[in-house]
Amino acid sequence: MAEVSVRKVVKEYDGGVQAVKGIDLDIADHEFVVLVGPSGCGKSTTLRMIAGLEEITSGEIWIDGDVVNDVPPRDRDIAMVFQNYALYPHMSVFDNMAFGLKLRKFPKDEIKRRVDEAARILDIVPLLDRKPRALSGGQRQRVAMGRAIVRNPKVFLFDEPLSNLDAKLRVQMRTEIKKVHQTVRTTTVYVTHDQIEAMTLADRVVVMNHGVIEQVGTPNDLYHHPATRFVAGFIGSPAMNFMPCRVQDGANGGLDVRVSDSIIVPIPPARVDRYGKFKGKNMVLGLRPEHLFEYHEQGKPGWSRVEMLVDVVEPMGMETMVHYFVDGAPICARVDPATHAAPGEMMPLTADLNQMHLMEPDTGKVV
Amino acid sequence: MSATVSERRIAVAAHRKNSLHRQRQWALYGSYAALAVFVFMFLVPPFYTLMTSLKSSAEISAQTGSPWLVKHPTLENFWYLITYPNFQRYYMNSVIVTILTVSVSMVISVLAAFSLSRMGFWGSQLLSTGVFLTYLVPPSLLFIPLFQIIGSLGLINNFWCLVLLYPTLAVPFCTWIMIGYFSSIPKELDEAALIDGAGYLQMLWKIFIPVAMPGIIAATIFAFTVSWGAFLYPLAYLYTSNQMVLTVGIISDLIRGDVFQWGKIMAACLLASLPPIVIYAFLMDYYVAGLTAGATKG
Repeated sequence: MAEVSVRKVVKEYDGGVQAVKGIDLDIADHEFVVLVGPSGCGKSTTLRMIAGLEEITSGEIWIDGDVVNDVPPRDRDIAMVFQNYALYPHMSVFDNMAFGLKLRKFPKDEIKRRVDEAARILDIVPLLDRKPRALSGGQRQRVAMGRAIVRNPKVFLFDEPLSNLDAKLRVQMRTEIKKVHQTVRTTTVYVTHDQIEAMTLADRVVVMNHGVIEQVGTPNDLYHHPATRFVAGFIGSPAMNFMPCRVQDGANGGLDVRVSDSIIVPIPPARVDRYGKFKGKNMVLGLRPEHLFEYHEQGKPGWSRVEMLVDVVEPMGMETMVHYFVDGAPICARVDPATHAAPGEMMPLTADLNQMHLMEPDTGKVV
Repeated sequence: MSATVSERRIAVAAHRKNSLHRQRQWALYGSYAALAVFVFMFLVPPFYTLMTSLKSSAEISAQTGSPWLVKHPTLENFWYLITYPNFQRYYMNSVIVTILTVSVSMVISVLAAFSLSRMGFWGSQLLSTGVFLTYLVPPSLLFIPLFQIIGSLGLINNFWCLVLLYPTLAVPFCTWIMIGYFSSIPKELDEAALIDGAGYLQMLWKIFIPVAMPGIIAATIFAFTVSWGAFLYPLAYLYTSNQMVLTVGIISDLIRGDVFQWGKIMAACLLASLPPIVIYAFLMDYYVAGLTAGATKG
């Protein structure tokens, strides 16, 4: 087990395209860090550079106190789980898991002990004699994890390991991965584009976009205190609502946020100081769907009431998503399933503005 | 009213079904007819060869009765060849040349294909195309310059020269087959092997060769066919019977002047065809799978 550090790492491909633009990241021993972001954000490239499968254009990668820039993958003492499992199709499950140990000339008894132990942890003991083609997707993924575990490496690297599984199995395997990490405590770097996976698995989440790190933090940090509009929109499902707005003088020396002619709401007193310097400026208001309520449900004293025209209603059982448009911007509210909202009708809404975020429209920075 | 509409719908559906069924039937008849023509064309020559090989020289030259049937079947032609030392020598030479050609070709092809498809070095794409282009050069263009080379090596009239020459025919195509096959193996497999601790040779030996076995078998069969059936090079470079291989040995030994020993020639052809038949019969499935696997990635 080890610490991993990525220092000013750049990856530039032929033709000058920069996939990773000088990122810095320190991962502590035993930590489970998830790199998350949209396709092409550089998360997989970063993981592959840590693995040694991709050369670094500049910068340094440290594993367990050593710079490993020029160390081949096999000497980095890492194990990787791939999206498509990458099991050796001609070998049995046992041989797949034992392959790395055999290459490292481990004694047969030790190989058997380690494979049996990993198989027990992953609940694949009855599958050890089977070939990969005789396994289901979930079982294959378990074997791929087993192959990583038996090596007892310094670092586990996961490259979108659940993307090929169906939704139900993905949730199940997510729990398995978390359980395995709780058992073996190996430092883990996990790449996914699925923010729910990131939030549920990670000790810390690294949100990447266009080859740079937007924010690093605990899942709760990212959710409640996003640093940028990108992070605010990427983390959370449904995504945060964004509405162009203007900060203006309000009643009793307070401030209002004006979203449209009909939607002018007071900024909570606790935030007046923070937002005062943006008075008169065009900003972007961010509000999560769960902080918008049907007025009669959660209306508290001081919370404003606005009427909005319902566009679409999506009942989900335990909650209902109601969609609207405000000056062309799509807005979603997560409301009580007992709502009577119907498309084409007006619906009274209120919002918990203590949870609001205000962003600069040009930089996207949350202020 | 609604009953009439639904009846009409059922009738239309039934008509469509019938016409589809009829179309399928005609397609099936057409396929069988075309296949029958092909089977006839390809089986008539071996059948005629077999019939002639079972006839005595007297029956062949008698010119009475149908040439397609045997009146007095005999194995004398086969027995003659089996006990004929020259024929044994041709057979042995062919076997030696073929085993060595296949071995040399496969070692070169597998190594070349692996490096060209997997190691991604500068110019590998160009080199892959170049390898294939060499396959397009007909042997008839090459045998005079090759004569100079073989002559300078002192290998004229020595069957070992074929072990040098045949791979020039087999390696490009075998490499091409193997490049296609190796390329169809997911890249993550080599990355997993690299992380597991394998070097490139271990990766080739322990992962790629077992996984690409159908492709290797297909390429092996191709190299075997090239070597076993080649005629031009042995005809050009070998002229004494102790050095000859089957293809030229049969015609030079069993055709004396204008005397064609048809029974023996046909029997020799059949005996010479035995190894390819046996190999194809056992490995045909691998051959087809190997040739088509590289065509589509999936």
